[in-house]
Amino acid sequence: MNATFYVASTVAVLATLLVITRTQAVHALLYLVVSLLAVALVFYTLGAPFAAALEAIIYAGAIVVLFVFVVMVLNVGGDAARRERAWLAPGAWVGPGVLCAVLLAELLYTLYAGTPGTTGLHPVASRQVGAALFGPYVLAVELASMLLLAALVGAHHLGRREHLER
Amino acid sequence: MPVAHLPINHALLLASVLFVLGLLGVLVRRNVIFILVCIEIMLNAAGVAFVAAGSRWQQADGQIMFILILTLAAAEVAVGLALILQFYHRFASLDADAASDMEG
Repeated sequence: MNATFYVASTVAVLATLLVITRTQAVHALLYLVVSLLAVALVFYTLGAPFAAALEAIIYAGAIVVLFVFVVMVLNVGGDAARRERAWLAPGAWVGPGVLCAVLLAELLYTLYAGTPGTTGLHPVASRQVGAALFGPYVLAVELASMLLLAALVGAHHLGRREHLER
Repeated sequence: MPVAHLPINHALLLASVLFVLGLLGVLVRRNVIFILVCIEIMLNAAGVAFVAAGSRWQQADGQIMFILILTLAAAEVAVGLALILQFYHRFASLDADAASDMEG
């Protein structure tokens, strides 16, 4: 099972690398699906089957479908890809790349300074998650529902047709 | 169910690399759709860290935080994509620099 974790992590990192370097939005979204499914497998190997299912259903399913819909509506095709390629000159990568490499080095330094534990001695079953979700965390669930309602109203308001005409 | 027994460092390493890749994407890309995608990648990386920590201490709290992050990501993507549609209709472009001027 350890090998599964390492293979899935490698796939996730490579797919994410391809997501941020693609010029065609649709290709990037397809690689994003691969990356999210690989992360779902990582969750499964870490003993979190419920999180793995949610990752596959909501992230790789619902959220990416929303992105695909918008790319379809906007119909960004060949022209946009050519412009993207012009924006993605190698020079544009140097500054942010160096800064991000420094950040990653710092993160790794702090990671390896501590004493590591071992993951996944026992899986955390979805029953346990559900009991905690509607026990001590019930207020957080209510707040999440408020957040979703606010997002629904906000998206509806921003997407109105007469609003677009101006 | 078989489960991987691995140092938590390796799972956190995956989370760090995914987060930094997302950050790099936000910094480098100019297309607003890609910026939103990269923010999703960063949120997902935070979720990986939470699930790994929950797995380390065999508590459900890590997965609950992941569910809350998922809710946040869904809400954020709904509003973000509505904004992108507005953006495209107003500027006829997905270049984030097209909206560098503030009006009223």
